[in-house]
Amino acid sequence: MSELRETKGEKFFNIIEKNAVSILFLIICAVGIAFSGYSLGYLGQEIITRVARNSFLIISLLIPIMAGMGLNFGMTLGAMAGQIGLIFISDWGIAGIPGMVLAMIISTPISALLGWLCGKILNMAKGREMVTSYIIGFFINGIYQLIVLYGMGPVIPIKDPALVLPRGYGIRNTVNLIGIRRALDDVLAIRVFGLSVPLMTFIVIALLCLFMVWFKKSKLGQDMRAVGQDMEVARAAGIRVEHTRIVSIVISTILAGYGMIIYLQNMGTLNTYNSHMQIGMFSIAALLVGGASVNRASIGNVFLGVTLFHLMFIVSPMAGKNLIGQAQLGEFFRVFVSYGVITLALVLYEIRKRRSRTRAGRLLAQDQLDAIKEEQ
Amino acid sequence: MKSSGAPLLEMRNISKDFYGNQVLADINFAIQPGEILGLVGENGAGKTTLVKILFGMEEIHQTGGYGGEVFLNGKRVRYTTPFDALADGIGMVHQEFSLLPDFTASENILLNREPKNRTLVSEVFGDRLDRIDRKEMRERSQRAIAKLGVDLDGEMLVSEMPVGYKQFTEIARELSKDEIKLLVLDEPTAVLTEREADILLSAMRNLAAEGIAIIFISHRLQEVIDVCDTVMVMRDGVIVQNVPSTDLTIHEVAKWMVGREVGQKIVDRNFSYEEKPVILSLKNLWVDMPGETVKDVSLDIYKGEILGIGGLAGQGKLGIPNGAMGLFPAGGEVIFEGETIPLNQPRQFLNAGMAFVSEDRRGVGLLLDEPLDWNIAFTAMQIQDKYLKKLLGGLISWRNEKEIEAVARKYIEALDIKCTGTKQITKELSGGNQQKICLGKAFAVEPKLLFVSEPTRGIDIGAKSLVLDTIRHYNEELGVTIVMISSELEELRSVCDRIAIITNGKVAGILPPKTDAAHFGVLMVGGSPLEEERRDERD
Repeated sequence: MSELRETKGEKFFNIIEKNAVSILFLIICAVGIAFSGYSLGYLGQEIITRVARNSFLIISLLIPIMAGMGLNFGMTLGAMAGQIGLIFISDWGIAGIPGMVLAMIISTPISALLGWLCGKILNMAKGREMVTSYIIGFFINGIYQLIVLYGMGPVIPIKDPALVLPRGYGIRNTVNLIGIRRALDDVLAIRVFGLSVPLMTFIVIALLCLFMVWFKKSKLGQDMRAVGQDMEVARAAGIRVEHTRIVSIVISTILAGYGMIIYLQNMGTLNTYNSHMQIGMFSIAALLVGGASVNRASIGNVFLGVTLFHLMFIVSPMAGKNLIGQAQLGEFFRVFVSYGVITLALVLYEIRKRRSRTRAGRLLAQDQLDAIKEEQ
Repeated sequence: MKSSGAPLLEMRNISKDFYGNQVLADINFAIQPGEILGLVGENGAGKTTLVKILFGMEEIHQTGGYGGEVFLNGKRVRYTTPFDALADGIGMVHQEFSLLPDFTASENILLNREPKNRTLVSEVFGDRLDRIDRKEMRERSQRAIAKLGVDLDGEMLVSEMPVGYKQFTEIARELSKDEIKLLVLDEPTAVLTEREADILLSAMRNLAAEGIAIIFISHRLQEVIDVCDTVMVMRDGVIVQNVPSTDLTIHEVAKWMVGREVGQKIVDRNFSYEEKPVILSLKNLWVDMPGETVKDVSLDIYKGEILGIGGLAGQGKLGIPNGAMGLFPAGGEVIFEGETIPLNQPRQFLNAGMAFVSEDRRGVGLLLDEPLDWNIAFTAMQIQDKYLKKLLGGLISWRNEKEIEAVARKYIEALDIKCTGTKQITKELSGGNQQKICLGKAFAVEPKLLFVSEPTRGIDIGAKSLVLDTIRHYNEELGVTIVMISSELEELRSVCDRIAIITNGKVAGILPPKTDAAHFGVLMVGGSPLEEERRDERD
């Protein structure tokens, strides 16, 4: 069968369509920058901060995509585990890097357990992983609230009154993470062209990227890619499909927990009952903005996505204010665009799946025409 | 390349039934190392079941196991999973590709058997974190490809390969297993071009020369005769012939395959279609229906006739009505009563006055959770606004339950549908009665032309003749033109005026039903009397 010959117009259309989300965002950002009136220096600084803050979280999404399980909305589970770790170290008063490391150590078994549970359930809901993990997120959020709002104090001892609600039990809505604020960012912070760069954070992210590259080449990574393409073929070859899928979710959840800790050390405050719910959606939206799809994502998508998505975050309030005198527009835009972009990505994924099917039909037709021509 | 001595594989007295339905009986054969055994037979002859028994597939055990014994190298074996058979050096290449599209050929060839290196990390976390040795992997897969004797780049992505290369990749995967002794190839040449098939056949000879035995399942009889040492023909669950391939002709083998000489009545009316106008004309129709691809079909259907469309499974006969109706992507021209019907718009097909009784009763044919009167009236209601009451000057349409019930009664009686009443839920009915409801539903539309696909699939013999009689009856009484698609040649011969055989997505030939069954057999396996002559000349 010959390659499908495409006209130039079709080729152009294909490129546009493949990168539709990214291109849309480039345009939004370009217009936004023009209207916001921010200086390049300011924008650069903001971008550096946000790339350092968010990248780790977004990279945690890559492994389930590799294993064919789609966008892991269940990363909120890891985020909750990370937050529980942070609450404990804040209570115990352990500050700085040792505090962060301890929080990560505490979060690991919780993440692993939640990830295993999530993976088990997702194995029962093959083909509907995304919606299932999304709902699991809500379910576990309920348990998290139960523990943090009622369990912490009477059952789990929390001594620091600054953490506990005035009524005597439960954690306050906002926890000041003064002990570990910028703990990682300030190690090896350097200045480049007048911009401060949290070098250590970037080194950690780079190490994670190296891990991802290495992981892809490992036997487990190969198995995940096989499972992601066709579970039945993988199973026939003797790969333990269910186990592989669970492992991918467990790794993703643990990484999301670490990512949340890195994220919050930069923010400096923990929004006990909200941070984790938002972070899942924003991370997924950012990855999609970077050109990833439900079944394909790369490290490149992560960095492009986080840059474009947050550029929009930064410029839209000011652009909104300058355009119609309403800074509220920015906040509105954040949520509206995040959901919009996820919807668009899901729809495009389905359309593409369908189109590749009709493409086979067109190939066949072309073969037909060629055969007829040859006969003549 | 036949060596005497102990056979590599021997099957003795193999029998198998699915809940009382005997599909294999008294199967005895042996295969020597380095022998190529051709296994031929119509669909449903029992080839697939035989292979499944050899591999110990799960569904064999779930349905009560099998009778008889299997010996490998003189030792009795009874595999409980395909993995056991694989471990003993029996490899299988399936008809459908089981390849991962985004992996390269070598990744597919060594799937889950990749060469690995231990690393510091895997020492700690277990061997699944071993690093894959890409260099070794390339070399090993290249060795397997070399065994096959084809020119295939191990680094090529499967999704970018032509079909033939995918087939080679699958075979190379089996060959990369060092212990391989017996290879089962299920229709490996069906998707190949002639040149690719030639390469594969010579590769098979190379493998046999190395002592690997091959069971070659194929419908391309010339290839079977050319390449095999022995040809084994199965029909209705028994081996009818097991003979050396020397001096065999396609005609002989085809006759053995289809040759049920039991006298089922053949249609006895004379329909002179030459005088009738063409009602439907298909021109260069192609249809992309998975598993039933139609490549290039041109057919004229005459008013008032019953045209049969036959052929082996997977050759495209089912694609024709599905594509003409627009249920799958299709191209070409469909001209009905002089008007071109746009493709891929089922509504247009129906509006033109055609109807289609699908082979997929449960999928697209019936609303199983609804009562049967709804099912009968549904299509007519949807496309012709029948059985509706107009209220408020046509603003609102209301179902006319009385008329619906009347029409349901009419067809229950006419088709002798066994049910408790017009309100019975459809899924409670037996297969044959469901099939009759499908027909009733199509008749209620009162079409000028009716496509009926596999009308007797999955229903018992008594119901079969009733359904066939109903089709005949409607054709004769109302002059409805009927195109009937069926896998059962005898069934077509008992009803149709002409029978077109579809092979490889094209019309292989159109024959009157009285023609000798062997001629149909030859058409089904892709030969033609003409071609045979040509081959003779070449030899």
